Amino acid sequence: MVSVDYYIILSAILFTIGALGVLIRRNPLIIFMSIELMLNAGNLAFVAFGRSYEIAGKSPFYTGQIFVFFVIAVAAAEVAVGLALIVEIFKTKKNINIDEMNSLKG
Amino acid sequence: MTSELIVFLVLSLVAITSALGMLFSRNAVYSALFLVLNFVTVAVFYLLLGAPFIAMSQITVYAGAIMVLFLFVIMLLGAESFTPLVQAMPWQRPLAFILAVTLAVESIYLIFARARLNTVITAPDVAANSMENLRKMALTLFDQFLLPFEITSILLLVAMVGAIVLTNREKVGYR
Repeated sequence: MVSVDYYIILSAILFTIGALGVLIRRNPLIIFMSIELMLNAGNLAFVAFGRSYEIAGKSPFYTGQIFVFFVIAVAAAEVAVGLALIVEIFKTKKNINIDEMNSLKG
Repeated sequence: MTSELIVFLVLSLVAITSALGMLFSRNAVYSALFLVLNFVTVAVFYLLLGAPFIAMSQITVYAGAIMVLFLFVIMLLGAESFTPLVQAMPWQRPLAFILAVTLAVESIYLIFARARLNTVITAPDVAANSMENLRKMALTLFDQFLLPFEITSILLLVAMVGAIVLTNREKVGYR
């Protein structure tokens, strides 16, 4: 029998890997992917908690799954704007090293 | 060892391995493909947790749309094997590893020792994997969460306009 703890621990491990990716990689595309991984870990925790409340009979509504729905929409919006920014920075600087992105002026 | 636990352990092994593969690949295209594998694995977890609609949206939106957008940008920029020659802060990498291990150990300790959730996740029954899940989700979404739903549509509109303005600024004419 799978306890809900296991899902939360898996979610914590995935979140940690995502945070590590944000810290150690210098390619902004990989950093974006790590952020997606962290959002995904949060989604997994949402759905696991929602399922455990559903089993315990405490919540008749699907609130956790609705939140995952919103998080997916926000992630799509974030990726659209972020990738547009990366393309624009690449067109200006011919380079996307994150260590050189230290000024707001283009 | 029940069959559910075996399925969970194998899938979580795949998920963690693909996440680490995403992190440590030199080629950004491989990273994106590892992340697609990770998203598909998490979608199977959603099926195990009785959320089939979220699982299918995960595959279509995340693994489909978002990752295809990533692959487009990676190949457009030619950023497959982009590695900087000089690390700006050489102490950053070991410090990041130490902090990440600390975060993982801390959160796992707190979940095991303090939270004591202990709810056993049973396999979803057949009704949860039918249209009933979608019907209940739609009722909740358009009843309790109508205002956040509408705000999400405005957010998507703003993101779309923002992306167009950012990538198209010569024709807009403020520069």
